[in-house]
Amino acid sequence: MKQQPVLELQQLSHVYVNEKGASLAIEKIELAVSRGEFISLVGPSGCGKTTVLSLLAGLFPPTKGQVLLNGEQVTAPSPKVGYMLQQDYLFPWRTIRDNAAVGLEISGGKNARALEAVDALLEEVGLPGAGSRYPHELSGGMRQRVALARTLATEPEVLLLDEPFSALDLHIKLQLEDLVHQMLKRLGKTAVLVTHDLAEAAAMSDRVIVLGRNPGRIRRELEISEGIRRATPMAARKHPGFQELFEQLWAELDAEDDEGGGSDG
Amino acid sequence: MDDRNEQRPPGQVGRETAVVSGMEAEQELAAVSGIQEDRRDWMNELHVRFKARKRLITAAVITTQVVLLLLFVSLWEAAGRNKWIDPLLFSYPSKMFNQLWKTMADGSLWPHIVITVSETVVGFVLGTLLGTAIAAALWWFPFLSRVFDPYLVVLNSMPKVALGPIFIVGLGPGFMSIVAITLSVTVIITTLNIYNRFREIDSGYIKVVRLFGASRSQLFRFVILPGSFPVIISTLKVNVGLAWIGVIVGEFLVANLGLGYLIIYGFQVFNFTLVLSSLVVIAAVATVMYQLVAALERRLTAGWRER
Repeated sequence: MKQQPVLELQQLSHVYVNEKGASLAIEKIELAVSRGEFISLVGPSGCGKTTVLSLLAGLFPPTKGQVLLNGEQVTAPSPKVGYMLQQDYLFPWRTIRDNAAVGLEISGGKNARALEAVDALLEEVGLPGAGSRYPHELSGGMRQRVALARTLATEPEVLLLDEPFSALDLHIKLQLEDLVHQMLKRLGKTAVLVTHDLAEAAAMSDRVIVLGRNPGRIRRELEISEGIRRATPMAARKHPGFQELFEQLWAELDAEDDEGGGSDG
Repeated sequence: MDDRNEQRPPGQVGRETAVVSGMEAEQELAAVSGIQEDRRDWMNELHVRFKARKRLITAAVITTQVVLLLLFVSLWEAAGRNKWIDPLLFSYPSKMFNQLWKTMADGSLWPHIVITVSETVVGFVLGTLLGTAIAAALWWFPFLSRVFDPYLVVLNSMPKVALGPIFIVGLGPGFMSIVAITLSVTVIITTLNIYNRFREIDSGYIKVVRLFGASRSQLFRFVILPGSFPVIISTLKVNVGLAWIGVIVGEFLVANLGLGYLIIYGFQVFNFTLVLSSLVVIAAVATVMYQLVAALERRLTAGWRER
C-alpha cells in the first residue's frame, strides 16, 4: 500500500497579498497522497481548502514549501492534474462533445480517436448521444456529468474536486457521488475532494483531513474503516459505523469553532 | 436550476429522464387506451388554441403598423396638397415619390446611393474590426489598458466629427476622409464596449482553460472572443447608426457625390423634396443593413444562448 506517494505537500505555506495587507492562508501543511487514494479536505470556511487545491493544480506558486507530483515539483497547470469546479462552466457556444474535448484541443491531442474516447466517456457518465446538443438544453446534474467527462478526457493521474456536488439537488448529488466514486476507483485515479459536506467526505473517501483555520493547517487526519471505504457512497451512508464516523468529524469541527473561531480573525 | 428540467424537449437523454420514461411506460400499460386518447386530444386542442392566439396577436400588431404608416403618409399628402403645412418646406409623399422615380429612371440617383453605402459599409466594418483589435491589444497588455484608460475616456466624450476638417485637409476631400470621419465616430466606443466585455467574462470559464494549461492566445481564442460575440454583434448594430452619422456629416462637409451631398444641395437650392426623399432612401438602406447584421447574428450564435 505504501509506495511512493503521487502527491506530496511539503511544508506548504501561502500568503495572500493585496492593498489591505498580507494574510496567511495556510501554514506548514504536510501531506502525502498515495496512488489510487481518495482523500477529502474538510473544514470551516477560511481554512484554506481552496488555496490548497489551487496550489496542487499549479494555478499559482506557493509562498513557501513545494508540491510534488510523482516526485517532480508542480509549477504550472498540467494535463496530469484534472480539476472539477463547483459549477460546470460549460461553454454555451460549444456543443457537449466540443465542451468535453476542450482540454484535448488545448493540449493538442484532439484527433478522431480521442473524440471516440470522448464519446465513450459521455456514454459512461450517462449521456449517450448527447454530443451534438448544447449545454442550455441540459439540466444541472447532466451538465456536471459533462464537466466530469471533460476533466477525465485528458486522462489525468490526479483529480482535484472543488465542491463539485454542492450546487446540486440531494438526489442528483448522491447519484453523481456514486458515479464519480465508481469511475475513479475503476480507473485507479488519485483524488482530492474539497467539501463542506461532512457526510459526503466520510462516504466517498479513504481518508479525511480536517483543517483548522487562522491560519489553515491540518488539525486531524481520519482513516476511514475498510467497510465504509469499500461501499459506494450511497451504501456507505447506511453502514453501521457511518453515524459514529460522522459524529467524530462533527465534533472535530465543533472543537475548531470553539478554539480558533474569531480569536485572531 | 431545476426549471431547466421542464424546458427539456421530450426524448431527452440521461439517467434522470430514463427514470421518468420508465414511469411513463408503466402508466401506458396501466391506462385504458380511450382515456389516453382523450387526454391527447385535449392537450392538442390546448396547443392549437395557444398557437391561434399567438398568431392573432401578431396579425393585429402588423395590421396596426401598416395602418399607422398609411395614415401618416395620407395625412401628410393631404396636409401638403391642401396647404395645411408649407409644401415648400415639408413637401409631400407623391412629390417625393415622383422625385425619386425620376432620378432613379434617369440613373442620376444611383451613383449617390452607391458611394454613400460603400462609405458606410467600409466605415462600420473597419470601425468594428479596428475597435475589436484595439480592445484585444488592451486585454493582452493590461499595462497598456491602464495607461490609455483616461485618454480613451476623454476621446470617447469628445465630439469626434469636429476632427472632420483635419481629416479633409490631411486625406484630401473625398472617400478617404469621409471613411476616416466615420472611423473616428465608431472606433472608440467599439473599443470601450468590447474591452469591457472582455474583462467581464466569468472567471470560472477562464479557470477551466487555464487548468488545462492554455496559453494566453488559447485563452483568447477559446473563451474571451467567442464569449464576447453577442456584445460584438450588438456593437455592430449600434455602429450601423453611428457610421451613417459619420458618413452624412462627412458628405455635408466635403463631398460632391452621395446622399449627404444631395441633402446639403437640396438645402442650398431650397428643394426640400430632394432633402426629404434622400432621407427616405437613407432610412431604407439603413434598415437593410441592420437586417443583414441581424442575420449575421443569428448565424454566429446559432444554437447557443446565454444562461
